[in-house]
This record gives sequence, C-alpha cells and structure tokens, in this order.
Amino acid sequence: MEMYLYIALFAPLVGSLTAGLFGAQKKTMFTGLFASGMLFASFVSSLLLLIQVIQGNTYHVEMMTWIATGDLYVPFGFVVNQVTVTMMMVVTTVSTVVHVYSIGYMDHDKAFNRFFAYLSAFVFSMMVLVMSDNLLGLFIGWEGVGVCSWLLIGFWYHKESATWAANEAFIMNRIADLAMLVGIFIIYWNLGTLQYDGIFAVIGGLDHTITVTAAAFLFVGAMGKSAQFPLHTWLADAMEGPTPVSALIHAATMVTAGVYLVVRMNPMYDIVPEVGIVIASLGAFVAMFAASMALVNRDMKRIIAYSTLSQLGYMFVAAGLGAYWVALFHLMAHAFFKALLFLGAGNVMHAMSDELDPFKMGGLKKTMKGTWIMMTLASVALAGIFPFAGFFSKDLILEVAFVEHHYILYTVLLVTAGLTAFYSFRLAALIFHGEERYKLFGFHPHEAYKYMLVAMSPLLVLAIIAGFLFKGTYFEMVTQMLPSLEYHVHNHLVYWIMTIGTQVFVIAAIVYAYKKYDDAKIDKKVEEGFFYQLLFNQYYIPKIYDEVFAKPYAELSKMMWKVDNTVVDATVDGIANVFYGTAKNTHTMQDGNLSSMLKWMVIGLVALLVSAAVFIGVVTNADAIMKLLGH
Amino acid sequence: MFEAAAFYLFAFLTIAMFWITVTTKHALYALTALAAGMIFISAFFFILDADFMGVVQLIVYSGAVMALYAFGMMFYDTTRELHEKQGNNTLVFVLSGLSALIVVAMVAAPLVGGNVEAHYPIVEGVGNSQAIGMVLFTKYLVPFEVAAVMLLVAMIAGIVMAGKKMDESYSELSEDEIDTKNAGGVA
Amino acid sequence: MEITLTHYLVLSTVLFAIGLIGVMRRKNLLMLFFATEILLNSVNIALVAISHFYGDFTGQMFAFFIIAIAASEVAVGLGLLVLWFKRYNTIDLDNMTSMKG
Repeated sequence: MEMYLYIALFAPLVGSLTAGLFGAQKKTMFTGLFASGMLFASFVSSLLLLIQVIQGNTYHVEMMTWIATGDLYVPFGFVVNQVTVTMMMVVTTVSTVVHVYSIGYMDHDKAFNRFFAYLSAFVFSMMVLVMSDNLLGLFIGWEGVGVCSWLLIGFWYHKESATWAANEAFIMNRIADLAMLVGIFIIYWNLGTLQYDGIFAVIGGLDHTITVTAAAFLFVGAMGKSAQFPLHTWLADAMEGPTPVSALIHAATMVTAGVYLVVRMNPMYDIVPEVGIVIASLGAFVAMFAASMALVNRDMKRIIAYSTLSQLGYMFVAAGLGAYWVALFHLMAHAFFKALLFLGAGNVMHAMSDELDPFKMGGLKKTMKGTWIMMTLASVALAGIFPFAGFFSKDLILEVAFVEHHYILYTVLLVTAGLTAFYSFRLAALIFHGEERYKLFGFHPHEAYKYMLVAMSPLLVLAIIAGFLFKGTYFEMVTQMLPSLEYHVHNHLVYWIMTIGTQVFVIAAIVYAYKKYDDAKIDKKVEEGFFYQLLFNQYYIPKIYDEVFAKPYAELSKMMWKVDNTVVDATVDGIANVFYGTAKNTHTMQDGNLSSMLKWMVIGLVALLVSAAVFIGVVTNADAIMKLLGH
Repeated sequence: MFEAAAFYLFAFLTIAMFWITVTTKHALYALTALAAGMIFISAFFFILDADFMGVVQLIVYSGAVMALYAFGMMFYDTTRELHEKQGNNTLVFVLSGLSALIVVAMVAAPLVGGNVEAHYPIVEGVGNSQAIGMVLFTKYLVPFEVAAVMLLVAMIAGIVMAGKKMDESYSELSEDEIDTKNAGGVA
Repeated sequence: MEITLTHYLVLSTVLFAIGLIGVMRRKNLLMLFFATEILLNSVNIALVAISHFYGDFTGQMFAFFIIAIAASEVAVGLGLLVLWFKRYNTIDLDNMTSMKG
C-alpha cells in the first residue's frame, strides 16, 4: 500500500520533469498526454488509498531523514489519513481534469510543454503539502505551490500585467509566509518537535498565551495563501494567468491550503477558541466583502475569482467555529463546481478570442450549448440549491453558525448567499442569454473541442452528486480523525423554516438577476453612483496599497541602491584596486630591465640591513627593553 | 700624525674620484677617474703595511683591468656624451644613503668584541711579502691553484668569445641546418 | 688623531654606497662594470684594514683572491659585452630585456 502513496506523490513530479525536458521546444503532444497520464496514475493511487482509509487504515511512511542536527529532527515523512486522503482526492481529480482540458486550451500556445511542466510541478508541491507529516514539510509544499503559482500566473511573461500580477501574488504570499515561519518557530521552540503527532500530544500542556500566539501566526500565514483580507488583492489579479491555471490553483487547490492548515492543526485551534472566533469573523467579513465586489465587476474571470474569495470566507467561518469537517466538505464541493465554472469560462474566452467583458457577449447559449449547460449547473451548485453539492456544504455552514449562536455571522452568511446567487446568475445571464451583442464586436464564437467538454464532465457529475451521495460516507470517514460535532437545529420547525427560507431567498435572487440582466441595459445613473464606483474599484484598496506601501518602498529601494553603489561597490572595487595597484607597482621586478632589477636588489639589501640592525639592537639591549615593557 | 694626514688626503681623493665615476656624463672621464681611484686605493694598502697587496692592486687593477676597460671603450664615440634615461634619482640616493647609514651605525657602535683570535697571525721580523708568501704557499695553496685554473679558463673563454663569427647564431638555426653546416664545414 | 679600524670601515662603507649609487643609476653596461669595480675595491679596503688591526693575514689573503677573481670576471664580462655589441649594436640596458618574466 505504501507503493501507492509514493506513486500518488511522485507521479506528478515525473510528469513535470519529463515535460520540462521539452520545455524549450515547440509543442509536442507527447508532453501533454504524458503529464495527464501521470496525473491519472496519481488519481488512481489516491482512489485506492481512499478505499483503504474508509476501512480505517492509515499509512505513515518516513522516506528519509532530512534534518538531524542537535535537538531538531525533521524527516521526509508522509502520512495518509482521513484528512489527507480527502485533499488528495480533490487535488488529483481536479488536476487530472485540468490537465486534459489544457491539452485543448493551450493548443495554439508556443510554450505548451513548459505549461505542463509547471502545472505538474504545482500538483507535486500540493501533494507534498497535504501529505507531509510535519510542519516543515508542509512549509516546503507551501513555498513550492507559491513558486509554481508565480510561474503559472506569469506564464505569458512578455505581458507586463502578467508579470506584475505574478510578483504581487508571490510577494503577498511571502509576507504571510514570514508570519507562518514565526508560528513554526514558536511551536518548535516550545515543543521541540515539528511532527503533527508530536505536537498534538503535548499541545495541551502549553501555556495558553503561547498557543494563542502560535495559532495566530499560523493563521496569518494561511491568510496569505487563502487570500483573506487584507492580503486578498493578489487573487483577482492572478486571473492574468491562463484559465486552466485559475481553475486549478485559484479555485481548488492552492487557495484552499490555508483552510487545510487550519483543519490539520485542529487540536491546536480547539484549545484557543478566541482565535477561532477571529478567524470566523474575518471569514464572514471576507465573504460579504468579496461578494459585494463581484456584484458590479465587468471582468468574467474576476467575478469568478471574487466568488472563490467569498467561498473561502465560508470555509474559514466553519473552521473558525470548530466545524472542521464541514469546512473540509465545503472545500471539496467548492473545488468541483468552481473549477467547472472556470473551465467553462475558459471555453467562453476561447470562443470570444480572450474577451473578458460579459457585456460584450450575450446569447451564447445558441452556439455553445455544452458550456452553457455546464456553467449554469455549476452556478446552481454554487448558489446552494438542493440537491446539488453546494446545498449540502454551504447550508451546513449556515447551520453551524446558527447552532453555535453566532447570529451575526449567520445573517452575514445568509445575505452573502443571496449575493452569491445574484452575481453568479448575473454572469450567466449576461453571457448566455439575451440578444447576441457579440455580433456588434465582430466575434465568431464556436464551441470548444469535444474532448475538453468530455474532460469537464466528471466535475459536473461530482458537482451534482457530491452532496447527497458522499456526505454520509465522508462524515463517517473523516470523523475518525476530526472532532465529530453534529450540527442539528434541535427544533424541527426552525430547521425547516431556515432551510426553505434560504432556498426561497436564493431562488428569488436568481430570478431577479435573470430579469435584470436579460437585456443587459446599463443604468448610467447607477454607474456613476458612489457605491458603484466604490465596489467597481475594489474599495480602492489596491490603490491604497500602491500609495502607502509600494511607492514609499520603491523610493527607499532607490535610495538604498545609491548607498549600495557608493559604499559596497566602492569597498569591493577598492579591495580589487589594492591588488591591481600593487601589481602595477611591483611588476617592474620581472620586466627584464637589468637596471630596475638592480634597484630591487638594493631595496632588498636595505631591507635586510634594517632587519639585521633591529635584531642586533634588540638582542644586545634585551634587558633594557624588558625593563621598559614592565617585566 | 702623518698617518692621519695621509689617510684623510687619500680618503678624500678616493671618494672624489669614485663619485666622478658614477655621476659623469663622459665615458672617458669615468674611465680615467676609475683608474685614479684604483691607484689611490693602493695608497691605502701601503699605509696599512700591506705592501704586497698594494703592489698587486697597482699591477692587476690599475694596470691590467683598466687596460681591459680601455679596450672595452672602443665601442664608443668617446666625444659624445652618455645619454642615459634616468629613473627615480631620489629613490637611488635614499636607498644608498640609508644602507650606508645603517652599516656605519653597525660598524661604529662600540660593540665589536675584544678577543678576536687570529687564525694566521702576522709573523714578526720578516717583510710583508715574505710573510704573505709563507701563508700563501702553505695554508692557502689549494685556493691559489684553483684561482690559477680559473684565470686560465677565463683567458680561454675570452679568446673564444672574441674570435667568434657572429653572422650566424646556432640558437636560431634548426637542427638540420646545423648538421649540414657542420658536415659542410668539416668536410 | 688616531686612525682606528672604525675610520677605515666607515670609509669602506661610503665607497660601497657610492658603488651602489653607480649600480643603480648607470644605464650603460660598461659604466655598470665600473660601478661593480668600485664595490669590489671598497670591500678590499675593509678586509685589509681589519687584517691590519687584528694582526691576521686572513684579510689580506681574501683581498688577494678577490682581486684575482675580479680580474677574471672583467675578462669574461668584457668578452660577453663584445659579443652583445656585435649582435645588437647597443649596450644600453633598457634595450636588454630578453630576460623578461
């Protein structure tokens, strides 16, 4: 069984390295197929491991020692338990689908091979992240996905906006990683181990303040990766990358790493419920915040990105309130339908020659039937309509908030649910319904390749059935590891009012969206209104960051560059010049001119004479000198 | 009294002559001054009761060696002045001055040991030449003979070098050409 | 005034210094030989003076052999100088840099 662990872990790496060999050449179909094949092998291994884990077997391997110095012992260790295998399934499923999809999407791209190298490398890093059995291995995976995300966002590196977005993502993640490292240091300093089992065994005995600090720092690290406020601006800008990248990284896997961290460290977060409240509140705030920005945006992928941000907020609410299995369940369901949405958006982009403004599209359901069906069903799942996957996961979070008596959180999440339905169907209506505005702009849309639609279909199936089919098995499996708190509203009446009410509210939002945007009339007065401008410019937060952080830092860097030039370079050059000058002055020793050589001989003679005189003087007056030195 | 006067007189003359030798721009003056200096040095030897040395100095140095140098002067138009590109004069004088100063300090310091045992003590009662002969042909016989051989070698070397044909240089010919030259020359 | 060994040694040192000046300054090979002669002679004076003041013949013997060697050195040196001049037509030191490096 351990063999499957290693296959699942290293197959993507093999695919990545093989594709990397062809990185500089033009497109070869082989790399795409090979990388997808390797991913499929990883998927099958994860599936086999899942079957084993459902029956209750977990696996823990130590591949080899990594650091063994002094008191620090960190191995390359991997563990497959209930939480891990859930993440593994999510990652490998979505990755395999995205790989096959990318064969079609990147069909005309010159850097086809490089793309697959990076994509598979990302999957490998993510697998390291979820399968590691210690915090340091997780951190390695953490950094790995950050790097691969940077490589993939800036994939079309000659576009300045893409490189800027990639740098923004990486730098913001780096800032959060600093906090995470501090958290890891605190844990090591106080507990002496970085292995999960080791930490969880002794975390109870630790001083409360220290635990709070460690938990807080680790969460700040998670904030960066999962794009919580205020480190959220990079996620929307990350849409500069190719759409499969957005589907894989910024919907299903990398951004969920933060949630995974909190879920994984749940014994620690259980001890510090105050940090949990902060996490939950921040999550709710982000959910509402992102949904509000998605309401008015005119960029298709950005809307979906804000939707991701919003759903991440939901996950953090669940994790913060201690309902870890709920958070993980929503993570899984969300991965499926969000990836599906992104891939559908990719189809639309391809059809509309990379146009992103939904107001320039319309009525595409006539030409792109398959994509229309998929995106609409994905949006339905996202909105949380029974019996799609979203209902089971999202409504569960609402229940959690209600049952735990956090009514403010509940209200915020409920309103956000309505907003989510509204903007999702705003997007769907603008793109697929109404009159065909694209004809005015001269686009000629066509459906995507058949095999791309076939590749997307597993996600569609999962988005539909994951809820009612998997929840029972999932609950039984994952609660072997996570605290199994069942959330039931005890009063049946209240429960049914809640559920039905939520559904009605959401459906009303959907209908309203359809009616408003079916004809895509833009109200000029609303557009110039204060709120619209505020939301459209993302609350001006990117501008603020630019003015307050980026510009002064750039000035500081320029100043330090001057200092570096005058001080450091001068010193280094000075040292070199000393040697050069010495050489220039003494090369006359060997220039073959007898006269100068005679001069050097006399110089040597004088040196010897001086040293002889000094020596004789010291020897004959040794006593006097010793007396002078005070002995 | 006389000794002191003689010493200072000859010292002054010697230094003056040698100074001219090293600083004049006329080659001929340098040669002449050197010869004069040699002669005054022999005066020193006579003051120091080393008669044999004084005579040897006169004959060998100011006689033979100077004659050799005079022949060496053939390579000049001696009416012309020597144009020598001078380097750093200050450095030269400073170095020499410094070395002289140090050595004088070492020498003048009152530290020279008192009991120096003479290896070959001066024999009283005989003239200097005879005494030197007694030491030279008994204790210094081997160096004497070696010096003789060396002089012979030097003489032969001088003759060979001066009589060398300079049109061709062996170091610039190839092996074959040397062989053919030898074969052709001999045969 | 009594002439002691020190006087002779100082004289020898001064002459040696003059010889050093000549060695360093002269750019003509023949002039260089002259300066070398001065060096040798100064040493001779020192040796004979020491021999006189300590009653030892070693000094005079040494000076004798120095004279002999100096003579043969001049012979060979001038022979080489003649050869060089025949080849290169100059005896300026600045042109003799084939021992470079």
